[in-house]
Amino acid sequence: MSAGTTKLNVTVTDVVAVNELVKRFHFERTDGESLPTFSGGAHVVVEMRDGDRTRLNPYSLMSSPLNTRDYTISVRRDDSGRGGSLFMHNRVKRGMEMVISYPVNLFSLDLRARKHLMIAGGIGITPFLAQTAQLAASGSNFELHYTCRSEALGSYTDMLRDRYGNRVNLYYDDRNERIPLDRLLATQPLGTHLYVCGPAGMIKWVRDTAAQHGWPDETVHYEHFAAPQPGKPFDVTLAVSKKDIHVGEQQSLLEAMEAAGIDPPYLCRGGVCGQCETNVVSYDGTFKHNDHWLSAEEHCSGKKIMPCVSRFEGRSLVLER
Amino acid sequence: MGINFRKETFRDDFSFKNSPEQVRRFPFPFNEDAYMYAVNIEPHVPGPRNSVFEHLIDVDEHYISEMEDRALVLAEDPLRCQSLPHMTLAGWDLLELLMVEKAKSYPEHFSLTRDGDRWRWINRPLGIDDTFTFGDVSTLPYGPMEYITRQSQGDFAILDQRDGNLWMDAGMVTTQADWSLDFDIGMNFFEWHAPVPLAHEKGIFTRALKFLTNIQQGQPARRLNWTMTINPRLDTSPENFHKWGTDRLTVTPENVGNKVHLRVELQSFWRLPRSNALVFPIRCYLIKMDELVAQPKWARRFHRVLRDLPVELADYKGLTRYRPTVVEWLSKYDDGAPTSPGFGPD
Repeated sequence: MSAGTTKLNVTVTDVVAVNELVKRFHFERTDGESLPTFSGGAHVVVEMRDGDRTRLNPYSLMSSPLNTRDYTISVRRDDSGRGGSLFMHNRVKRGMEMVISYPVNLFSLDLRARKHLMIAGGIGITPFLAQTAQLAASGSNFELHYTCRSEALGSYTDMLRDRYGNRVNLYYDDRNERIPLDRLLATQPLGTHLYVCGPAGMIKWVRDTAAQHGWPDETVHYEHFAAPQPGKPFDVTLAVSKKDIHVGEQQSLLEAMEAAGIDPPYLCRGGVCGQCETNVVSYDGTFKHNDHWLSAEEHCSGKKIMPCVSRFEGRSLVLER
Repeated sequence: MGINFRKETFRDDFSFKNSPEQVRRFPFPFNEDAYMYAVNIEPHVPGPRNSVFEHLIDVDEHYISEMEDRALVLAEDPLRCQSLPHMTLAGWDLLELLMVEKAKSYPEHFSLTRDGDRWRWINRPLGIDDTFTFGDVSTLPYGPMEYITRQSQGDFAILDQRDGNLWMDAGMVTTQADWSLDFDIGMNFFEWHAPVPLAHEKGIFTRALKFLTNIQQGQPARRLNWTMTINPRLDTSPENFHKWGTDRLTVTPENVGNKVHLRVELQSFWRLPRSNALVFPIRCYLIKMDELVAQPKWARRFHRVLRDLPVELADYKGLTRYRPTVVEWLSKYDDGAPTSPGFGPD
């Protein structure tokens, strides 16, 4: 089974500290060839070899899609996460060779839009850096509203202001500035599409407010990769491959399957793309669903699980893998 | 060694035929003695030498004549080529894909030189040498999709991906098996497949859509489809049904060998990088019954497939009127011997 996408061998050509929490990484192809062109909103999955453990984390490409010399990503350090961002911050140095996936876009621009209204929170700015570059190059109409904790922690605010002037609106939490969402959503021209990327609470706020204002679902686009959350360890029986596996506290179910030599397909590893959807054969316990793929009914049905982000607590779980 | 391009017609006097080498590379679509729908999709990777899969974009001996036929169709009916306003970027993606693949696979016939956005494209078989600015529509004589598909065999459907569906929002369609871009433009995947019998009930389109929307850059896929055509006519469109529909009444036991053709479509599916759209090149290959039966295995197998085809499929493919005559003709080439597995001739 093909897991994910074609791979690219790359070399880290630069690591730049953007601020106290965010580092930027530059990749070029190790063989010196051009990287594939991509579309704004695309991500790559970065493979991190950490001893005998391999972490696979998705990061949005923030460089211009027209730049095929190097790809850049920005990683926010998460001291309480499972260690992927810490690996990137502490272990990845200039000159290191790494493996990344081909770009995959699960947060694509709707090119029919007459105007693109973008709302970003924190590190959620990264896909918009690529999208605004693409839209500016084609002379398209966009407007960005970007909220950060403070001026010191605002990544790329100066760069965005320099490039796009008053098309960029900045809001700082420590100054109690807030995006005037109701006013924005009530005053857009016909044909506007709305895009949001940021913390889960912000995405929910924007989607709910848009729905209240009567925005059709097809015009509201959001990207939320749920990073796998740590949790209590649990045991799983894989019925097809006839294996019993143990999922550790800091491990996802998908990672535990991969460590056991099972290779379910994936694209996002964040509960969005649906590739790793797995049928449940039987269970005795409680599912901890964390994905955005399955419907609420499916979450209640006990018949499916997304092993990239979801967990289980209980006596037994048998999966069709 | 270059391709020996044939001078021939797909209308009026129908001088089309295949050279013996072209017959051997024909993409015979049946790997067993019966046919039913399946999601028969496989990775589109380079295949054996001297097969239509050798290069990802195949150019063959019919190239120049097929491009002349396309120009005739477009002169009569410009709506065979349409691109909704948001699809121009996908057109540039397609132009890049076709130029890069052709120049790589057939350097004796095609060259592409890129200096930033300044591109020079040489197409020797068609006598074209153009320099243009990539991304600037005003530097080409047509829009990017029309420009490159006037120089590329097969039809092209470009699909926008949004809302978990695919939308037929651009295309160049002049060699089609009885479907109309002008009718389907703007439709989604389920809408434009609505006329296909049996497959909806089997859930085939739901599974196919899930597969297609997950096609990734650098990992194209392909499948074969087939029908039959009376006379080697590329343009069997609904728009021109009045010109070719009655051909179906002209099949007699005496003219089956030269008049009846198996028509195979090599459909491939590609993710386009800048637009995140998909393109489906739909390449049509024709083979006369006389040419087909030169391969005894193909003769036996096609006889059995056509004889046992479910009525609904025969009706949908438009074979009903002449099927008995062709089955009877093919039966002379079927001694009942078993056929070997796989597509290729013995």
